[in-house]
Amino acid sequence: MKEIVRVAGGQGFWGDSLDAPRQQVEGGPVDYLMLDYLAEVTMSILQKQKERDPQMGYARDFIGAMESVLPAVTDRGVKVIANAGGVNPPACAAAVRNLAESSGNSDKVRIAVVTGDDLLGRLDELIDAGHSFANMDTGEPLSTIRDRVLSANAYIGSVPIVEGLERGANVVITGRSTDTALTMAPIRYEFGWGANDWDRLAAGIIAGHIIECGAQCSGGNCLYDWRSIPDLANVGYPIAEAKRDGTFVITKHDGTGGRVSVPSVTEQLVYEMGDPREYITPDVVADFTTIRLEQDGPDRVRVFGIKGRPATDKLKVSIAYRAGFKAVGTLVYAWPEAMDKARAADRILRERLDRLGLRFDQVLTEYVGVSATHGSLAGETRGDSVPEVQLRVGVRGENRRDIERFTREIAPLVLNGPPSVTGFAGGRPKVEEIVAYWPALIDKTVVTTRVNIV
Amino acid sequence: MKIQLKDIAHARSGDKGDTANVGLIALKPEWFPTIRQYVTLEAVSRHFDGAIDGPVERYELPNLNALNFLLHGALDGGGTLSLKTDAQGKVFSTALLRMFIDVPDGEATALGLPGAEGK
Repeated sequence: MKEIVRVAGGQGFWGDSLDAPRQQVEGGPVDYLMLDYLAEVTMSILQKQKERDPQMGYARDFIGAMESVLPAVTDRGVKVIANAGGVNPPACAAAVRNLAESSGNSDKVRIAVVTGDDLLGRLDELIDAGHSFANMDTGEPLSTIRDRVLSANAYIGSVPIVEGLERGANVVITGRSTDTALTMAPIRYEFGWGANDWDRLAAGIIAGHIIECGAQCSGGNCLYDWRSIPDLANVGYPIAEAKRDGTFVITKHDGTGGRVSVPSVTEQLVYEMGDPREYITPDVVADFTTIRLEQDGPDRVRVFGIKGRPATDKLKVSIAYRAGFKAVGTLVYAWPEAMDKARAADRILRERLDRLGLRFDQVLTEYVGVSATHGSLAGETRGDSVPEVQLRVGVRGENRRDIERFTREIAPLVLNGPPSVTGFAGGRPKVEEIVAYWPALIDKTVVTTRVNIV
Repeated sequence: MKIQLKDIAHARSGDKGDTANVGLIALKPEWFPTIRQYVTLEAVSRHFDGAIDGPVERYELPNLNALNFLLHGALDGGGTLSLKTDAQGKVFSTALLRMFIDVPDGEATALGLPGAEGK
């Protein structure tokens, strides 16, 4: 039995560093490589891809990542846990299987595929059976948007991942698993923690929360003393070194950049936090007010004291639906009186939109360089005090044609509007379809996960 | 003495739908009691008055020398619906760091708080 289980985080979202997975398995000892690909927006993109091609619908970056780490998996026993399956875990597994075969490693790769999180095909049956999928924020029933639903997935926990490992898999591919379960499951499996081992399950979840955003806990995006954080061009991704007693250390490989410190880990702990006593997951409710941190040598933070409580009887469901269209146009105005010119251009643009009779649910104007991120808190800016300002106008609405007409109204301002304007070389703004999210809860008993070995 | 939060705390923010969260962390553990005392729900609600559409919630994490604020209605609909540059509230944390608190001179001096002139 292992005394320490090392889980390396190698991907914080779909689009994260292509080099990180390989660096994590080659930079030093690790037992598991954890790759998190799924943000809410990712699921709907993948659903659209699957509609066009039934063999798609998973995070294709994962296949490249698998190729880059395959020698570590086949020769050194590193296991990979990833939610790269998206809305099509079987297709993702088939692609990894192809990769194993074409590289002559067929018998050394055993893939567990977790399914059952995808509720799209069961939605009407479940609604008919009395599940309302009421919006957690607004209370509205799903029927208000039922005909616009693109995808519906329950967030599933550690149990099917543990089952995959018990059945001998060295690659576990899930769909909409919680990010944190990808880390907690292998630790739980190695140490044999039970389903009621609340404190240790909570510790595993918190280890997952810390490493699920990649280098954001190891020096990336770290405000504390940011100037002194070394070598971010070679930033080290995080590793959780877990012990049987539920304590763990967050660290990174020697020779990498970035920094693992109490402040860097604390910043990640509070990221996307709600009520800190109620971090609800399918496996356990973790209490963030019990976490203790201490520096345990350079780039090592020891985490201990964590308490958890019994899980709830619900799972969260993320439903993506079509919600109209949007476009954003920008122009840059130069000193002198840059801000006044940008304000004048906004007035002219809005008058044009009115005269054209275009209808939008919302028109939002921001002045980038002055108040886009802090709004009124940024204080009053005198028109002549900034060297330049970017006027950024966004519109949103149900009618695609109105949004498209808006995109034709930006460029004419260059010749028709206030002077000293530039920054339009990017061309006309792009119209985007909006895919919005509908968070809901469902009884756990309704969702049955399955694990297949391929 | 007016102290700006950026001089005594660091922060990170994120989103859940139309709610931004801001975790506010004392730069030094010994400064946390001051932050806990003066960065109240009322003060933060006042600070964001007019900048967000909903109420504020406040939670304490003394174990991390941190406070967590939930700013409801902060993201113009949130996520993909929002037209804002900062649709996911990634830098909302820095807007809280603009806030000033009024700490008695004796306390500020005893704790070695970096001073700041009034707004």
